[in-house]
Amino acid sequence: MSSLQWFAVRKELRPRTRLATAFMSFVLPLLVWSLVSYVPWIWHPKVEVIDPGGVSYFTRDMLVDREVFDAELATAREEHRALPTGRPANPIYLPAPHQVARAFYKAFTTEPKRHSEKWLHESLWESIQVIFWGFFLSSLFGVPLGILAGTYDFVSRLFEPFVEFFRYLPAPAFGALAVAILGIYHAPKIAIIFIGTFFQQVLVIANTTRKLDPSLLEAAQTLGAKNIALLFRVVIPGIVTDLYKDMRILLGWAWTYLIVAELIGTSSGITWFITQQARYKNFDNVFAAIMMIGILGLTTDLLLAWLGRRIFPWQKAAANL
Amino acid sequence: MHKLELPSYLEQSDEVRDRFTRLKQRPVLLEVKGLGKTFDSAHGPVIALNEISFKTHRREFVCVIGPSGCGKSTLIRILAGLEPPSSGRVLLDGKAVHGPGPDRGMVFQGYTLFPWLTVKKNVMFGLEMAGRGKMAAEEEAMQWIDLVGLSKFAKSYPHQLSGGMKQRVAIARALANQPRILLMDEPFGALDAQTRARMQAYLLEIWQNIDITILFITHDLDEAIYLADRILVLRAHPGEVDELIEVPVPQPRSPGQFLSPEFLATKKRLEELIHPPQAEAQDNGDHLNMMRMVSVNDEVESVF
Ligand SMILES: Nc1ncnc2c1ncn2[C@@H]1O[C@H](COP(=O)(O)OP(=O)(O)OP(=O)(O)O)[C@@H](O)[C@H]1O
Ligand SMILES: [Mg+2]
Repeated sequence: MSSLQWFAVRKELRPRTRLATAFMSFVLPLLVWSLVSYVPWIWHPKVEVIDPGGVSYFTRDMLVDREVFDAELATAREEHRALPTGRPANPIYLPAPHQVARAFYKAFTTEPKRHSEKWLHESLWESIQVIFWGFFLSSLFGVPLGILAGTYDFVSRLFEPFVEFFRYLPAPAFGALAVAILGIYHAPKIAIIFIGTFFQQVLVIANTTRKLDPSLLEAAQTLGAKNIALLFRVVIPGIVTDLYKDMRILLGWAWTYLIVAELIGTSSGITWFITQQARYKNFDNVFAAIMMIGILGLTTDLLLAWLGRRIFPWQKAAANL
Repeated sequence: MHKLELPSYLEQSDEVRDRFTRLKQRPVLLEVKGLGKTFDSAHGPVIALNEISFKTHRREFVCVIGPSGCGKSTLIRILAGLEPPSSGRVLLDGKAVHGPGPDRGMVFQGYTLFPWLTVKKNVMFGLEMAGRGKMAAEEEAMQWIDLVGLSKFAKSYPHQLSGGMKQRVAIARALANQPRILLMDEPFGALDAQTRARMQAYLLEIWQNIDITILFITHDLDEAIYLADRILVLRAHPGEVDELIEVPVPQPRSPGQFLSPEFLATKKRLEELIHPPQAEAQDNGDHLNMMRMVSVNDEVESVF
């Protein structure tokens, strides 16, 4: 297959190529990470001490800057002391892939340090609940309001200017307020996700609703559909596939608000786990936890995409992921 | 060039004249009185329609023809109630119409089937809006789908159908409501010539067999003559009635008539009305600024 075909504007790749390319999109970053981690002369700004030799403050497994190590090595050589040895290393905040992979598995199996602390899966479950409630509540109000605003000019004029204004206010700015009103546990976190999602949701869905082909509405009217029937039998089914896609994207945004939300009040969920592990300098666990969020998000999205294809059989196959 | 001797399009055989006399004795179904429409555009008001008046009798097939932009779509949209007129009135069975309603079915040029409904559900839509029970609606819908020959596709979704099939479903969907009049805005405009010819034959057959009056917009002269009892010719800027032509081609129609003298005479008349001899294009300065762009020593010197 020639490379020309790869860059044909808006043409789908062949299924095999498509799968391979999607696979590459994950392999490429992993490759870069592996190169930086395993090839000693790429980056590696630190030296891990193997044998302290004659340097008094060096200890085994200590990480020092390469300049410092080189200077100490030179001094030791000059003064005919035992030479320290070491190997190039990356800073502690960049663990190698295999370390993260190990942490990934370890994170679920190691008991928490203190009895009162949560296991990783418990933390994750907590986060999922916060996301769910935030997104659910936002959708409960945002979806109907968006559809109404997209259908009736009156609703649009009444709500959209304010929503437009409010959406520029950063959700985390309401953290302190949310805690003061809602206490320190889950409620303020759910509120932050709500604030972060709701206003965008209304606007996005109103726009999607407005994009419905007006000739479908006209056709329905000449068939005798009026008001409520027009809304429920034409507008809503007419936009539902696009609405579903919007919701998938919005759910992604809700996830991005999660970390900020969980820092509010008593830190909880996956964020608590991440900050805790960072405090213990277990950066492999930190990476594992971050990836966990990514994997969870992507899996949900793929699942929803698959589900979407089943519920909306009128969509052309493969028209959307 | 060989000049064809054609009769006047006004000459009607006794049989045809007789038929028109009877047709005009039928009750008036649609009456349009002094209809006008002005749009407010960025460049000031645009008069799309001016003082349009005509009558359509029951079970008549009327075609509306005219140059692009003469307000054909605007007219049919007003008749359907999708657009309010600026002046004048539309009477259906003697009663003024306000807004869209199931008594006036419409088939659009674009495909307006509901993509989320199967063919059967699409046809059932109007019946359900009319408050018909699900079972009754389903049974009735199947009859209409059968009428347009798509029983096998009742469970298909619109995106699985060809353009011609989609328009047949659209016709079935409009007819299922048993409207008084079927309004069609260039319904076959997007179809290829063969499908189009087949659709015309289908439509005539449907029209002959059920109680329906049809107002059909087209810009295809042959289509208009082949289908219509009478042709309403509009003129542009502003859109006004130019002439209401009684097609002298005898009914029932068949494709064999395309070359009959009456057919050609009518076509000649339409050509005169729609493309006036003194080329108006030049008056508008609407011509190509052509110069020779073939290299002098090209192998192919000239296309002739
Ligand atoms: N919504 C509108 N706003 C402003 N002007 C309009 C509007 N709709 C139509 N017009 C104008 O009214 C005139 C008639 O338009 P219309 O679509 O009815 O023409 P038409 O005869 O159907 O043309 P065509 O053969 O190209 O379909 C045109 O000059 C058009 O620019
Ligand atoms: Mg038009």
